[in-house]
Amino acid sequence: MTDDELKKVAREVRKGILVGTHAAKSGHPGGSLSATEIMTLLYFEEMNVDPRNPRDPKRDRFVLSKGHCAPGLYATLAQRGFFPVEDLATLRHIGSYLQGHPNMNDTPGVDMSTGSLGQGISAAVGMAIAAKHWGDDYRTYALCGDGEIEEGEVWEAAMLAGNHALDNLCVIVDNNNLQIDGTIEEVNSAQPIGEKFKAFKFHVVDVADGNDFDQLRDAFAEARATKGAPTCIVTHTVKGKGVSFMENQVGWHGKAPNDEQFAQAMAELEREA
Amino acid sequence: MADVRKVATRDSYGEELVALGAEHDDFMVLDADLAAATKTGKFKAAYPDRFLDCGIAEQNLMGVAAGIATTGHRVFASTFAMFAAGRAFEQVRNSIGYPHLHVVIGATHAGISVGEDGATHQCNEDVALMRTIPGMTVIVPSDDVEARAAVRAAYEADGPVYLRLGRLAAPVIHGDGYHFEVGKGVVEREGTDVTVVACGLMVSAALEAADLLAQKGVSCEVLNIHTVKPLDEGLVVSSAAKTGRVVTVEEHSVIGGLGSAVCDALCAKHPVPVRKVGVQDVFGESGPALGLLRKYGLDGEGVARSIEDFLK
Repeated sequence: MTDDELKKVAREVRKGILVGTHAAKSGHPGGSLSATEIMTLLYFEEMNVDPRNPRDPKRDRFVLSKGHCAPGLYATLAQRGFFPVEDLATLRHIGSYLQGHPNMNDTPGVDMSTGSLGQGISAAVGMAIAAKHWGDDYRTYALCGDGEIEEGEVWEAAMLAGNHALDNLCVIVDNNNLQIDGTIEEVNSAQPIGEKFKAFKFHVVDVADGNDFDQLRDAFAEARATKGAPTCIVTHTVKGKGVSFMENQVGWHGKAPNDEQFAQAMAELEREA
Repeated sequence: MADVRKVATRDSYGEELVALGAEHDDFMVLDADLAAATKTGKFKAAYPDRFLDCGIAEQNLMGVAAGIATTGHRVFASTFAMFAAGRAFEQVRNSIGYPHLHVVIGATHAGISVGEDGATHQCNEDVALMRTIPGMTVIVPSDDVEARAAVRAAYEADGPVYLRLGRLAAPVIHGDGYHFEVGKGVVEREGTDVTVVACGLMVSAALEAADLLAQKGVSCEVLNIHTVKPLDEGLVVSSAAKTGRVVTVEEHSVIGGLGSAVCDALCAKHPVPVRKVGVQDVFGESGPALGLLRKYGLDGEGVARSIEDFLK
């Protein structure tokens, strides 16, 4: 896809994030918006997936380890055709298949149930191990938050992945610098993130602007070309990206826009188009 | 029972995994640096490329097992009960239980019969924890024959299975023709005065107690409820209806385990007086396993005393 086409998709994904969280009156727009380009590029270019056959055993896998950014994953899957875009408005509603955190058995295209931080990356490592063991050539991608990686399980998983040279695994850290209680430095920073993953035997790629498709594309290509080690892509992103009043605001980690804010945000995205 | 053959169910587990490995290559066995103790080392020796040591990292062990299971392959994840059900509880709940993935958790060294390692390693809470997870099957095999059958049944199961296994050599009480079915309790001995419901190592203790009490004219009906979840409510209720009194015996806390599961069923369907024999809301301690079982009233004589006291 051209960058313009991708940007158009990303705008629609962002709208879907706002529609979902607004309708739910809850949810996590901030980290969904920071990771929008990452998920858009993965599902529209990088990964081998088929919305008509979401459980294809040969498909590439994506694990949203920072599961609270489900609004972003759902909006991306809907844009990719896994389910109707209209359903995004049922997010977090009783009886909806769009749960507050992803459920692999409810939602087409969701490869792993996640939400409790630190657990998704372990499952991704398991998928990569299974692929190696049974000779499948699919790749597995895991998206972690920069706050999430304060969880010890992340480093247990990283240790195993590095020691087993899982070059079919790509971990992406969405380094938007904010977590619920403040900046990651204020809370309990995992920096230097790249150095830590290097120490765990990962090949590390630093993406200066993780909301830029060209830079992300190069990073994914480098990850795919890397043999003998898993890759960690550290992407520097802007939390709340694309909605002026949400950008770099810690308060928008887990808060839904009210009617007025929703209208303003949607208008901003329309103007951008 | 000195002349009875004794086998630790962890040995049964390791050996049956090897046998299963000879028939199937669609599963992996994972451990967390305890292969020598959990006996998955036997599988590792036989099929090194199908074994994965995750190191001392049980949370990741469970998550990796879940990830493998999402690919449609089967997986056994082994460590001590304390770390499988305790440390990694939330991983088991959220990464295995919630998506209902077919992971078999082979949890060894359960209960106070761990012995000398003491309280930190004697998990008396695992059945209670695992029983609360929706869709989790909880099996507590009583002997070698049952443990081997349980390994095979767990392999064939749908969804997560928690296999509770022991370190101590347990009397082999079943013969080769023994029929094992998940969720189906076994009447080990018929009786009329009291129903004794046991699981795991306590089945042989309950049978020994029944022998001792028979000499005093007390007739015990001994039920082996190897599957604590889903519980064979029909068998428990019908036996309770017959005898009118129930004693549960488990090498586990009396809070939340087999005794609680039996009480849940009886409360709803046929309330009768129940005495729960087990570890009485205390931590264990170091010592030889048989000595600890005696001290905590979980040998045949201790169980007989509790039953007798209950019937007074």
